[in-house]
Amino acid sequence: MTMAIAADGLIRSFGTVRAVDGVSFEVGEGEVFGLLGPNGAGKTTLIRLLAGVLTPDAGSARVLGLDPTIDGSAVRSRCGVLTETPAVYERLTARQNLSFAADVFGVPVPDVGARVGDLLARFSLQDRADEPVAGFSKGMKQRLALARALIHDPELLFLDEPTAGLDPVASRQVHDLVGTLRDEGRTVVLCTHHLVEAEALCDRVGVLAKGKLIALGTVRELSDRLLAASPVVLSFLGPVADAVAAAVGAVPGVAVTEREERRLLLAAADDGAAADAIGAAVRAGGRVVSAGRREHTLEEVYFALQEVPA
Amino acid sequence: MNWRTVRAIATKDLLEVRKNRIAIWSILGLSFFLSIGMPLLIGLLPFGSGPSSGDLGPFEALMHLLPSGLQGLPLGSRMVVLMLGYFLAPLFLIIPLMVAAIVGAESFVGEKERHTLEGLLYTPATDLELYAGKVLAGAVPAVIAAFLNFAIYAVVVDLITAPIVGSVWFPTISALALAVWVGPAVALLGVSASVLVSTRVETFLEANQLTGLLSLVIVALMVGQGSGLLLLSLPVLLFFGLVLYGVDVVLIRLGAAIFSRDRLMARA
Repeated sequence: MTMAIAADGLIRSFGTVRAVDGVSFEVGEGEVFGLLGPNGAGKTTLIRLLAGVLTPDAGSARVLGLDPTIDGSAVRSRCGVLTETPAVYERLTARQNLSFAADVFGVPVPDVGARVGDLLARFSLQDRADEPVAGFSKGMKQRLALARALIHDPELLFLDEPTAGLDPVASRQVHDLVGTLRDEGRTVVLCTHHLVEAEALCDRVGVLAKGKLIALGTVRELSDRLLAASPVVLSFLGPVADAVAAAVGAVPGVAVTEREERRLLLAAADDGAAADAIGAAVRAGGRVVSAGRREHTLEEVYFALQEVPA
Repeated sequence: MNWRTVRAIATKDLLEVRKNRIAIWSILGLSFFLSIGMPLLIGLLPFGSGPSSGDLGPFEALMHLLPSGLQGLPLGSRMVVLMLGYFLAPLFLIIPLMVAAIVGAESFVGEKERHTLEGLLYTPATDLELYAGKVLAGAVPAVIAAFLNFAIYAVVVDLITAPIVGSVWFPTISALALAVWVGPAVALLGVSASVLVSTRVETFLEANQLTGLLSLVIVALMVGQGSGLLLLSLPVLLFFGLVLYGVDVVLIRLGAAIFSRDRLMARA
């Protein structure tokens, strides 16, 4: 896979605070990569380093095959960045905001009008295109900022908390957009606190804490590394009889970890033990309607990571 | 350097300033006072009467600057001519200085205050293009405002004084040199200094206050002229303008050299 981003030992300090501390990772072209971490973990600083607006104290990076410290302008001309706050010009209209961005990002002059019009329509802003942005809702400003990030048809997008402060409908629109961007083959780096969002959208995630990258991989990989095997969930047609629970608990390599009215959660050593447990439940008279492993959520992985020393 | 980028940044800044009511009313208010209000007020002084000669007090030194045709005017008339044509003329430089300072101070620190700076720094504009765009945004309206106000001032002065002088006498050569040669130099001084300051301070107010100190240069000119210490004759003005342009070049080069996207972003 061709790499859109390859960071190697990036370090950046502000005064005595090391905001990014030896971060190395790669993001493949067309991948949606999530950067997770609490406030102050270094996510935004990392984006700034990759976009060439901050210079690393040590380490290096290649973004779209270029070194951001040397070719920062070229890197930025091929990247779109949605900042944490929309950062749109409130005294200008939506159209003026996009036209300015088109000029600065070098959209060919004859194409500017059409490109601006398309984006205004795509983000449902055409009806208020010529009004000052100051009167827009937060969701509209965020949509305008997203439109601006796409004005030059970038290959790589950095989205810093794209759904922060948005209502569920607007958040869904952003999620759909990320899906569309993925379908179009663009690379997306998504910084978010929203773990469900990251789990739904990202191919892989990196978790930052105090400037260090403490975990990297798919949610499944991180789960396997950090947590015990996912629990097996047996669901029954009626209430779980004591005899059924006892029969399941007696299977070698299986322990009942949680018992609910119609469900048993089991810790099974392997898939064979899980299959034996299902058989034992049926033989004991239990009417099993479904059985399967419940994968750990990213949230569980994330909180498990917080307990690992950085 | 990509001039489309520079022009886009400058145009965007000017659009923003145009919609900043406080800035616009400040500029319009000062312009009205200096170009129309002040000459009208002075025009209300009693002139055309009194002895044809006498002691002009602190303005006596300026007498040498008056064209010979005006030397024989009554004392009151000469006072008015001296005040409008010579003593107050340097005050004009306040306009390009103020316009440049307002737009310049808005440039980086204003963007920082409105949380738009980060978005600007993520554009492909190089550091030099960003800096040039900001300087252009301040310089162009400052020079236009200076020329426009000077033209209005000239018309008002002539309307007031023509009946007593008997002819249209303003602008004098030195006043023209002040407007056309020194004015743009002062505009560049204001904008280069304010953009430079703007990259270093945290608030628009700080930037404006610091660049406001430049008006002391104008006050010094007025005091110098009024006291007779520094008569703004044509050679003096040409030399003074040359010195200012030199300072401008140094400040602009210094600003461009120390302009740092990294530092701006680190402080954003």
